[in-house]
Amino acid sequence: MGNEGVKSSRRKFLKSAATASGAILGYSLLKSSQYLVYAAEPEDPNLPWYGIVIDVEKCIGCGACAKACKNENDVPVEPFFFRTWVEQYTVKNDGSVEIQSPNGGIDGFTQTVPDEEIFKSFFVPKMCNHCAKSPCVQVCPVGATYDSPEGIVLVDEKYCIGCRYCVQACPYGCRFIHPVKKVASKCTLCYHRIKKGLAPACMETCPTGARMYGNLRDKNSEIVKFLKEHTTQVLRPNLNTGAKLYYNALSSEVR
Amino acid sequence: MESSYPHLYEILSHIQGYIFPNEIDLQWGILIVVYPFITGLVAGAFILASLERVFKDKVLKPTYQIALLTALSFLLVATMPLISHLAQPQRAYEIMITPHSSSAMAIFGFVYLWYLMVVLLLEIWFDYRHSMVVWAEEKKGIMKWVYRILTLGLNDISPRTVSWDRKLGYIITVVGIPSAFILHGYVGFIFGSIKANPWWSTPLMPIIFLFSAMVSGIAMVMLIYMAVSYIRTRTLDVNVLDAIGKYLFFVLILDFTIEGLDQIHRIYVAEESFETIKLLVEGKLYLTLFISQGLIGTLIPLGVLAFLQFYKGKIKLRKTLYFITGIMVLIGVYSMRWNVVIGGQLFSKSFSGFTSFKVGLIGIDGTLMAIFWLLLPFGILTFLLWLLPPWKMVPEVEE
Repeated sequence: MGNEGVKSSRRKFLKSAATASGAILGYSLLKSSQYLVYAAEPEDPNLPWYGIVIDVEKCIGCGACAKACKNENDVPVEPFFFRTWVEQYTVKNDGSVEIQSPNGGIDGFTQTVPDEEIFKSFFVPKMCNHCAKSPCVQVCPVGATYDSPEGIVLVDEKYCIGCRYCVQACPYGCRFIHPVKKVASKCTLCYHRIKKGLAPACMETCPTGARMYGNLRDKNSEIVKFLKEHTTQVLRPNLNTGAKLYYNALSSEVR
Repeated sequence: MESSYPHLYEILSHIQGYIFPNEIDLQWGILIVVYPFITGLVAGAFILASLERVFKDKVLKPTYQIALLTALSFLLVATMPLISHLAQPQRAYEIMITPHSSSAMAIFGFVYLWYLMVVLLLEIWFDYRHSMVVWAEEKKGIMKWVYRILTLGLNDISPRTVSWDRKLGYIITVVGIPSAFILHGYVGFIFGSIKANPWWSTPLMPIIFLFSAMVSGIAMVMLIYMAVSYIRTRTLDVNVLDAIGKYLFFVLILDFTIEGLDQIHRIYVAEESFETIKLLVEGKLYLTLFISQGLIGTLIPLGVLAFLQFYKGKIKLRKTLYFITGIMVLIGVYSMRWNVVIGGQLFSKSFSGFTSFKVGLIGIDGTLMAIFWLLLPFGILTFLLWLLPPWKMVPEVEE
């Protein structure tokens, strides 16, 4: 091979190298732009994909769920830390709304509005919505909060740096910083229990069966049947969080 | 039981309306107010320095190195309030090692390092290399070695090499301007991208942060220039102040316009959260938003700066006015950070009530700590001005 041959083969090599690296760069840029949009998708078809239903009509505001959750999940008893709580809504005749949740509903409720002023009143249990497009998972800077393959949003307590960005990002107020562990904490749908086939503590204890969870993929499951037969709604649908907590008989005052 | 969280029990009695039970405690306190304030000073100071360099505004020359060293001093401290505010500060490095690609916050470490290593340090080094070589020869003892180490052993000060220093420095400045924009626009994005929070969630947030950053940085460099002249008992050049004042005036107009646009938009579209936010700004934020940020930090400085564009009379009066305006503008920008960070956490995401915030004096996220982080950069700057005095630099030879 003469000098010209070396030059041309070198040029060829440089050309193809440049093309290849350009393609890789372009692809990775395209790919990384997808990373900006966060969404968990069911991966393993053999695993369940969990959703939750809360039937507002069934809740009697006893607060047993919130209490059971604190016992089960080592949540501090002080009234500032809750993985689940119950709100009492009272819509008055003049259209104004009063909301309360003293100690998360654990000690029960007292109606402070006189009967004749009440238009309607109801209880709304709250918990993590286990969103498929969770803002909290999206913003975690280290990936300490993540989706389980079953679509449950969990926190790795050994990994969380405690920046509190996820607490800011949750539109439902479902997260808090555990005052003892100093990491983000939230409802796990009692992952440790459901893995063993047991119901989450709040659902186990609910005397009226106002809460249920189940496999959204299984078209014969109780939850799918319920969703088929009832008109349900998620909270703050405008935020497109992909919430998988469906409320039956939800009133428009609830946020 | 009450002894465990006395401050939370105290807040409990100050809640208005209904808030979600987990919302009682503010997640981000005064340190997170200080953080964007400091980062803003960095970006603003750098942009002022760049004006001199890229746009060849010769009048600003005496402030050029001061602005760069100010930017560096504040940048070195910028991460400290963030890290000390973490619940697990010992795990802070995770953000660099395993950044989560979809998180706005995860990129901070990289933006920060880029800005520190590639932009500021390199630019300052190219700027000072010639002088440091000369100083290394002049000085004796330890200082000789300090300067030798700082030159990284590159002692060639032939006119050709020195002119290359200048060219490379220029390129870095050009790269640095968008970097400064990214650094602080990005801080705005951290807040602006939180869709759960209507007080933060606006695409204008990065732009608002950027312009307020420029306002604060320019004002800070102006004040430091005045202080340095005073300490060195040199006559303060009022032409320099006029030049800085002109930039401050224009940037402040832009800043005011964009923030005004944001507010008008909010009022006009009056979304779901409007009633709550209206109560917030008319109540808990009244003093810091209307008085501190609006009146003291924006309207009065705008009036004074407008007056100074025309008034070229008594020099002493002009200097005094610039000094007071600079301080007022800084108060305004600090209040703006407060209104964003604290204001955004005072209302419940249920839009039905408000929590309360009382900043403590002591503790890692108390006022004293915040003051410490705000003062530390001045200590660093004093040291840097002693180590790298701009007034002792080898004068540039005009080509």
